[in-house]
Amino acid sequence: MVVSTNGDPMVKAEEVHKSFGRLEVLKGVSLEVRPGEVICIIGPSGSGKSTFLRCINHLEKIDAGRLWVDGNLVGYRQVGDKLYEQRASEVTKDRAEIGMVFQRFNLFGHMTALENVIEAPIRVRKLQKRVAVAQAKVLLERVGLADKLDAYPSQLSGGQQQRVAIARALAMQPKLMLFDEPTSALDPELVGEVLEVMKALAFDFQTTMIVVTHEMGFAREAADRVLMMDDGRIIEEGTPDHFFQAPREERTKQFLAAIL
Amino acid sequence: MSASATPETAPPATRPKDIKAIPVRHPGRWVVAAVVLFLLISIGNSMAANSRFQWGIVKDFFFSSRILHGLVVTLELTAVAMAIGIVLGVVLAVMRLSANPLVSGASWFYIWIFRGTPVLVQILFWYNIAAIYPHFALGLPFNGPQFAHINATAAITPFVAGVLALGLNEAAYYAEIVRAGIISVDEGQTEAAQSLGMTPLLTMRRIVLPQAMRVIVPPTGNETISMLKTSSLVSVIAVTELTYAAQQIYAVNYRTIQLLIVISIWYLIVTTVLTIGQYYVERYYGRGATRNLPDTPLQRIRRGLRIRHEWS
Repeated sequence: MVVSTNGDPMVKAEEVHKSFGRLEVLKGVSLEVRPGEVICIIGPSGSGKSTFLRCINHLEKIDAGRLWVDGNLVGYRQVGDKLYEQRASEVTKDRAEIGMVFQRFNLFGHMTALENVIEAPIRVRKLQKRVAVAQAKVLLERVGLADKLDAYPSQLSGGQQQRVAIARALAMQPKLMLFDEPTSALDPELVGEVLEVMKALAFDFQTTMIVVTHEMGFAREAADRVLMMDDGRIIEEGTPDHFFQAPREERTKQFLAAIL
Repeated sequence: MSASATPETAPPATRPKDIKAIPVRHPGRWVVAAVVLFLLISIGNSMAANSRFQWGIVKDFFFSSRILHGLVVTLELTAVAMAIGIVLGVVLAVMRLSANPLVSGASWFYIWIFRGTPVLVQILFWYNIAAIYPHFALGLPFNGPQFAHINATAAITPFVAGVLALGLNEAAYYAEIVRAGIISVDEGQTEAAQSLGMTPLLTMRRIVLPQAMRVIVPPTGNETISMLKTSSLVSVIAVTELTYAAQQIYAVNYRTIQLLIVISIWYLIVTTVLTIGQYYVERYYGRGATRNLPDTPLQRIRRGLRIRHEWS
């Protein structure tokens, strides 16, 4: 994986606010993520976890505060003290550097597993088809799907689809991977296979990852830091051990008691 | 189950025989089938025995050069009008979904006009367009410089008027079909494409439209078949397509019914061919949507024959 070279944090958020209509979903989120770090974000539904992730990937525009990915401002260009909205082409370019894995997989339904993985490298990175296919085969083998290259998403189980989705994101060689509740839509017995792939990414490839998840087992094993979000704010932050042994906030204790 | 479990009630060595039960009888179905068969034979007999049908004349005119020429014109009208309708319809649909209110408003206005007036009126309108615009000129308005100039009276032949009217009218309907198809594709597909760094245009072309096709193709077949028959309306502006060709012949020989039968059979033949084509196009765009593609009718027949063969 590409590791940031300029010493900047991979992600830096300063007082990020975001509203949908009159509902304020993010009420000032600040965070720094170092290259190679694995962050897990936990919290009840509606706490703004997914929205924050989507802001990092330009899928939502922030209303106030600042957000940088690898030293670049997200969504805007700063010239002097003026902010200019980014052009669609600039946003597109930035997005290509960030991989995202969705709760509902979102594999392209009319393409086979292999076609899903090679589509963006060929069309966006302008790789030769031969090169893209070779790379895709390596990635699909790494996620344990070497025998499913020609299967359509509808022919795969949820766990297999999510692993293809991870391979598809990795094929763009992103410097940052975002996971939006990657196992929440899976049958319980399929969760493990997806988490194994994610752990391998964290341990073997030092990928910078931000994972919104309720899988505390994964958080304990793979995360460097865990963040607890509630009502649009980060209310507690610490190592996985801190969360399991001595959570500070009452709200965190309640939440952990409910999901464990 | 292991063999050593209980020898007294040892499980059978082989699986039980397939069930051979006497199927439920449906006497009602036989009665209905008999009634339908009786009616069909009666109607068929009345048509064959009634000498006033004059089937010989139907046969004589079926391949007459004027009818065949009319058929070719009908096919041309249908093909060109559908091509205009589909291309313009896709553009209008994308415009309709645009964030720019003027662009989506223009699309809405077009659809309002062309869907809101009878196609017959539109045909007559284009036929008479030279009365208001004797010349078409491409240039800047208010007497600015001109780049191209067309004499409307010469350029708008009845065929061109017919194709324009049918095509522009079709575009209004087709735009709504395409829009429905685009909306039917899950938003997650667009988000996934965007998060991979694909531009909006690339996302539309490679991800959204191919999946929208599954929704768009069946009504497209429907529209094409509909267009084949609607094209007979241009007979009012003297385009010698299939219907007008028949009218010209029976105006002279008074074999009205026979010629209407001739063209009805031709319309049915073309519709049948289009229906078969539609089936295969749908099958192509259905890939990935179902776990297993259904057999084509040909494959089904072949498999049926193979099973027969194995039995004998």
